[in-house]
Amino acid sequence: MTGVPLIGYLALSILMFCIGAVGVVIRRNPIVIFMCIELMLNAANLAFLSFARYQPWKPAVGQIPTVNAYDVRGQVMVVFVMAVAAAEVAVGLGILMAIFRLRDRVDVDDLNTLSG
Amino acid sequence: MNLLVFAVLASAAVLAALGVILSKSAIRSALSLVLNFMLLAILYFTLHSETLGVLQVVVYTGAIMVLFLFVIMLLSTQGNINLTESRDVKKIVGGLAGISLAALIGVQIYLPLASVPAPQFHAPQPIGPSYGAPEPLGLALFTRYGYPFETVSLLLMIGIVGSIMLAKRRVR
Amino acid sequence: MKSVWDWILDHQLALAIVKAIVWILPIFVVMPLTIWLERRLLGWMQDRLGPNRVGPFGLLQPVADGAKLFFKEEILPKGIDLLSYILAPAIMLIPPLTIGAVVPFAAPNSPLAILTPVSDINVGVLYVMAMSSIGAYGLVLAGYSGNNKYSLMGGLRASAQLISYELAMGTSIACVAMAVGTLKVSSIVSAQQTSFYGIPNVWIHNWTIFSPFGFLAFVIFLICMVAETNRPPFDLPEAENELVAGYHTEYSSMKFASFYMGEYLGMLVFGTVLASLFLGGYDFLPIDWKMMALHNSGTAPFANFMERITIDFGPVFLLAKAVGLVVFYIWIRATLPRLRYDQLMNLGWKVLLPAATGNLILISAWIVTTTQYGVGAGWGLVFAVFVIAAIVVTLYRRQKKQTSPQFEARTIRMVQLKPHVEEAVDQGSDPTNAEVVPS
Repeated sequence: MTGVPLIGYLALSILMFCIGAVGVVIRRNPIVIFMCIELMLNAANLAFLSFARYQPWKPAVGQIPTVNAYDVRGQVMVVFVMAVAAAEVAVGLGILMAIFRLRDRVDVDDLNTLSG
Repeated sequence: MNLLVFAVLASAAVLAALGVILSKSAIRSALSLVLNFMLLAILYFTLHSETLGVLQVVVYTGAIMVLFLFVIMLLSTQGNINLTESRDVKKIVGGLAGISLAALIGVQIYLPLASVPAPQFHAPQPIGPSYGAPEPLGLALFTRYGYPFETVSLLLMIGIVGSIMLAKRRVR
Repeated sequence: MKSVWDWILDHQLALAIVKAIVWILPIFVVMPLTIWLERRLLGWMQDRLGPNRVGPFGLLQPVADGAKLFFKEEILPKGIDLLSYILAPAIMLIPPLTIGAVVPFAAPNSPLAILTPVSDINVGVLYVMAMSSIGAYGLVLAGYSGNNKYSLMGGLRASAQLISYELAMGTSIACVAMAVGTLKVSSIVSAQQTSFYGIPNVWIHNWTIFSPFGFLAFVIFLICMVAETNRPPFDLPEAENELVAGYHTEYSSMKFASFYMGEYLGMLVFGTVLASLFLGGYDFLPIDWKMMALHNSGTAPFANFMERITIDFGPVFLLAKAVGLVVFYIWIRATLPRLRYDQLMNLGWKVLLPAATGNLILISAWIVTTTQYGVGAGWGLVFAVFVIAAIVVTLYRRQKKQTSPQFEARTIRMVQLKPHVEEAVDQGSDPTNAEVVPS
């Protein structure tokens, strides 16, 4: 979008990331903690995409630009982040369901059996 | 005008993100997150990455968040499970830490990046599909980033197998 | 009048609104007709009359029903989650109203071409997937907000079903997108107007359904579409003999009507998507009339007339295909019993998804071989794969037959029979006066 400075997108990204981080710290429901992690990942995605869009774009002199000329590193990174997030959610929710089956209360502060 | 649209979208996104961590019930949190992801998809459109905007809707709101809602509802059917917050010892400390973290990062990046100009393609536009079209993205994924792409597919495979192993009831 | 039209053409937003209205209105006109059609056809198939009192042939029955629902009292149950209770029916209407935005309903050379599609984005097929996945929220929220265990179970089933069948649906769409080489719906449709299998001077159009891969993808997409729109035999989220009415148990009046409307609108809109992806879209018949007139000049007047009709009445043919699909839905509703939940999951994950993935792999192999070694090698590959698949299936069947003889007959027997009677049952004869010994 023309007219919006890069810093605007980045400010949104930072705010979302920090809200996610605070959520991970203060919430005790593991499902909400997972959601906060998703929020942080999406903040990173937004930062990637805005940087990718706002970087100066200079094709080589005298060369006819083709599709290859686009710098898609930011977009590729976002695709990878999405895939990793999907894998993480699948495994994480599986673990949560397994915990629920063992005990009827999921509070992250109660899950300290391994702490000795 | 554009700035105004962006401001509305961004503040709505921040409010939705706040809703995720502040609402009492897990389902409200999940719905706020869905709203946030939809707004993010629109923001991706404003950044001219339409493929990723649509992918955001397909992957996050279409699959991941439905999975979250599914698990929340499944757990709420299985008797009286306490999903509410009980104490707020860390809330104030956590909030303060979050605000200070935001301020810290903001101060760090504001000075070098405040004067970045709006993007403009000052050279001739490339032939064929535009910046956010699926073609350049797919081309990059299957040529230059082929190795990480395959690695990610392996990771997804491991994720699937792992979640099946976790979710399977053991027959005695 | 002319000036108004010019003004609309000059303003993008106004043009977009006009396009959207032109797309939505015919669907809303046809929707009550399909409701009437379903009830009459079901009546005919079940050897009864169906609604025939209001208007000629009962045609005004949907109008009467709508008026009744509109004036019904709105009941808000106790203990509901009000926000999601109100949001859910609205969300249910989002997918049917938005998916059509990428579906073109007239040929580029027809006078209506300027009005269609509403937005020809280059990720059109993905957009269809994205919007159809939003429908899951309507079901889940409706199930959750009602404060009713049956609603909740309906919502749970709906979300699991939609996630499962979306995978196979996406994979089968990917098959088409890969074969055509684009995600634009309009390009996919116009790619189906070329000559059959790319052979020059043939007057048959190359609809996706005519190729073996395309046909498999079509069948998978059709099944997944029935599951996505929650129609019988996949209507587990609202199975009335298990869950009362599933996710919309607690809804009344206009909120219930919007669920009802969403279902039929969804069927029609998904029908147009399917017609565009597999059945040539706005094309009337898979025949290139111009080429036909060239081949034998005797048919030229007829062919010219048909070409004129094909170009001018594209939207009608697209809608007719969608309605034909709805008739197919009704037919299978009258024919097939509802699936059990485990059967549903098995079908989605163990049959449809592997089939669609195999299809995708085959298509990519086809593309590689034909671009590298020519079309002959491609057909050789298809033949080889077919032979190998036939052998594997035959061997598997034989193996299965040898390992578990008469498994089902043994498991369902609840009482123990006398030895000679048991033997007789195992051999398939029917012992008429078998004496039963309680076990």
